[in-house]
Order: sequence, then C-alpha cells, then structure tokens
Amino acid sequence: MTTQRRQFPAFSRLLHWTMAAMILTMLCIGVAMVVSLADYYVLVSIHRPLGIAILILVVIRFVNRLVNPPPPFPATMSRAERLAATASEVTMYGLMFVLPLVGWGMLSAARYPIVLYGSVHLPFILPHDAMLYAVLRKAHTILAYLFFLMFIAHFGAILIHTLIVRDGILKRMAPWNIRPQEAASTE
Amino acid sequence: MKILRPIAVITANDPKAPAEPALPRLGMASALARFALIGVALAAVAGTFAYFGGWFTPNELTPARFTDGFEQVNGVHPGFRRNHARGVGVSGFFESNGNGVRLSEALVFRPGHVPVLGRFSLGGGQPYAADTPDTVRGLGLQFSLPDGELWRTAMVNLPVFPFRTAEAFYEQMIASKPDTSTGKPDPANMQAFLARHPETVQAMQVIKGQPVSSGFDNSTFHSLNAFRFINAAGATIPVRWVLTPMQPFEAASAPSAPQDKNYLFDALIARIHRQPLRWHLIVIIGQPGDPTNDATVAWPAGREQVDVGTLTLDRIESDDTSAARDINFDPLVLPLGITLSDDPLLSARSAVYSQSFTRRAGEPKQPSTITPAEVRKGD
Repeated sequence: MTTQRRQFPAFSRLLHWTMAAMILTMLCIGVAMVVSLADYYVLVSIHRPLGIAILILVVIRFVNRLVNPPPPFPATMSRAERLAATASEVTMYGLMFVLPLVGWGMLSAARYPIVLYGSVHLPFILPHDAMLYAVLRKAHTILAYLFFLMFIAHFGAILIHTLIVRDGILKRMAPWNIRPQEAASTE
Repeated sequence: MKILRPIAVITANDPKAPAEPALPRLGMASALARFALIGVALAAVAGTFAYFGGWFTPNELTPARFTDGFEQVNGVHPGFRRNHARGVGVSGFFESNGNGVRLSEALVFRPGHVPVLGRFSLGGGQPYAADTPDTVRGLGLQFSLPDGELWRTAMVNLPVFPFRTAEAFYEQMIASKPDTSTGKPDPANMQAFLARHPETVQAMQVIKGQPVSSGFDNSTFHSLNAFRFINAAGATIPVRWVLTPMQPFEAASAPSAPQDKNYLFDALIARIHRQPLRWHLIVIIGQPGDPTNDATVAWPAGREQVDVGTLTLDRIESDDTSAARDINFDPLVLPLGITLSDDPLLSARSAVYSQSFTRRAGEPKQPSTITPAEVRKGD
C-alpha cells in the first residue's frame, strides 16, 4: 500500500511546512537578536517560547515519522543521493531536537528564566554553572549555523530536482493533495 | 545526480521505482537559465540571513561592539564583569507589606517574605581599582518569587542616568578613553561629546546636586529606567522605584583623606556583620506626560510614592564564592505584573549585559580583591 503512495500524509506535510516556517523565522531571529540593541528584548521574548514550540512539535513529528513512513524516493535519485537525503533528514531531525534542548540547557546553566507566557516558565534542567553555560552557548551558535547550511542544501537539492531533473519530487511534500493519476503523469 | 538524461532510462534500471514518462531534454540555454535561477534563489536566502545577522551594516553599534568598548577602555580582565567589575555578594529577604498589590499583580508584592540574592558593586571595568567616594555604586538584586519566577533589577546610586541612549553611552565611553601617547583622555573629545549631548550636561548637574553618602549601607539606589506595573485588573501605570536606606545618612568624607583601597567594601562588610542592613522599597508612580523613555530626566517632585516593603540584607560573601557572581542582573528579567517601558536603554542594557555575561562565563576566574578572608573579618 505504501509503495503506491506518492505523497507524504497530509499531517506530515502540515508539520513539515509549519515547522519550516518556524525554523526559518527562528534562525533569522537568532542571528538578528545577537547583533541588536534596540530589538534585543522583543526578539529574545519570541525566540525562547518559539524554540520550545519547535521542541514540542518535533516530538510529535518524530512519532508521526515512525507511524507514517514517507513515500518512496523518486526513481531519478541515485543510491548516493538517497543516502545523502537520508543523512540530511537524520541530521535535521537531530538538530530540531538538540538546538532547543541546548538552548534550554544553556539558559538553565546561566539561571536565565525561560518565560513562555505571563508567569508560565520552564524549570531549570542543568545546575547553575557559568562555564557550562559558555560551552552550550557556543554550541547553540555552531549548531544553528549548521542548521542553516542544512536548510540551504535541502532547498538547493529540491530546486535542482524541480527545475533540472524535473522528477516532481516537490509533489511528495506539496501542501495541496495530488491525485494519484496526476502524481503519475508528467508535470 | 543524472541531470539532462532522459528519465525513462534511469527508471528502467530500477524496476521497483514508480514509472515516470520520459521528459524532453533541456536545451543548453534553458538548463543554464534554470541553474542561474537556482543560484539566485539560494543567494537570496543566504543574503536575507546575512542581512538579519548584520553583515551588511558593519558599523552599527551591536552588543559585541559595545562590550568591545569597555574592553578598549579598561583592558580585558578575564572572568570579571566588563562593567561594575568590583563587587561583593549579599543575600537576605524582601518583606512585602501588601501596599503594592493594587499597583502590580507581581507575587513579590503580596504580603510575605521572598528570598533575595544581590551584589553591591562599583562602576568601571577595572577589577583592581581603588574605592573612591564618587565612583558609581551599584546594587543588583534578584527576588525569587514563590512560583519560581525571578525579578532582577540593577540599580545605581545616581538619581538620573547621564545618557539617554546606548549610542550616547558608547560615545562618551570612547571619548573618555585614555590617549595612548599621554595616558589621559583628550579633554577636547569630552567637550565635543557634551556639546552634542546637552541632556548629559543637565543630568550631570542633577547628579552633582545630590550629596554622596559615606558608604553602600546609607546609599539610595534608583531603578534608573521607568517600567510599567500591571495590576490584576489589567490597569497599567508607569513607575520607577527607589531603595531608601534605613541606615542614617552621613556625608562622604573629603576625598583628600587617605583611605584604604577597599574602604567602601570593608565598611559594608563590618556593618553587615554588626547588624542587618535595611532599605524601604519605594515605588514612584508617574503621571500622564512624565517621560518614560528618558532616563536622564527625573520625574517632577510630588509624585505619589508607595512604600511596598522592606529589603533586609544580612549576609555578605566574596564575589569568589557568591552565587551572585554568576548571575546576570539583567533589568529585563521581570515577573508577571512588571513590564518594560518604552525606554530604549532597557533593551540595550539587557543585550550588553548578556554579551558581557557570555564573555566572562567562558573565561577562567581570577580572585576578587575582596577575598573570602576579608569578608569573614568581623565574624
């Protein structure tokens, strides 16, 4: 049954596009807030709860990924490309988990409150330790840049498949439903 | 990647893959145009990211450049705060009398006790400087609310702040930087700065008009910036707050008198060992029209003042052992019921404090001039 399916299930696609928008916003806010004086507070106040929202969504997404495996790769993808695509997926899932956790951990080690809304805040998950904060803070930046590079690679690969190879790979993740006969037909 | 090759050929190699009909080959011009489009799209995404990261505005004042300014003026002293480098940790409690409940829904104002961690400090980025009476005195406080919320405030003994913006603060800092040839700041730089910033000249007059007290224990500490209180009914009011000492005022002795290098800190240590030090926390309520975005101007006299409780500090510790050393007294760590005003200094303070904290957090720690042994004296 899964071999017939050309598209990710609707819920998987919803998660993909929602999180794509959130993560891109997050990366831009992150890189902007550290160089801003006037907007620092507003950006940080968005960055922290948005990061936690991403952490919650990636848990849901990971479970969904196990329950609903993706449709097969298009025939146009070589063995190496499939390997690269799988490695990239594993890395991005890993970053979606690790980046918010490192953020939460570093703020905990520095005893910065993580306010979600009003008086609702997260508990500290690490002991108060300035050096631990410094190491995690550095890791947070490096991992965020890595995530941006992963995004560029992902976006570039999709563009090449869509515009050059023209194998309709984007249809797998299209926000709209593709009818089976349409998916099987030419673009 | 099999670019430009008919799809059907590849499909034939992989019988399990779904069959795709062959596509016409891309012409050379068409392929180049498509590659160019991909390049433009990727460059646009990377460019947007770089734009947000400030790569195209290298001269903009950022938290890192601001902190570099402190390091240029004071030198780099690993492990120490870039400003207010000298200090001691203190702790105690705040006893709320409940008068603040009608002003703010913050739990700290409900009648009762909350534990407080704090740090007395002297302004400047030199951790080994000597105490002088007119150096700015700071008091950073952290109130730990019963639900786990934190309220931090970084106060100073100045009635108004000399600078309206972070940019002005930075300009003044660079103007006061000692000249490499003479070892002294060039007075022309400071004159030029003051000519551009009449608000600083006015604020300095207000500051000079206030007598300096003899020590930390009888200093009045000010919130510097305006904030806003929100009560349970949702009503918002502009506020400033002041800690007024219950220890009697005594004027600072003439600077000519020879003093011990750490005389201000030593006196604080002796006094806190003798008896707990106490301050009234006074909330000043602004009226419509009172500026909330200008820390250089005091609000007119006669504004309603509400005494919301008493701060008691009864323990003192060296920076080397106090938990306060590794706390960033970020003025925008606020509980529900207290929020920021439109003062542009607030976000800038938060950003620069964070930058300073991140730098020193990762550096090896050096002993403070106020050692644990010195703090134990008088026990």
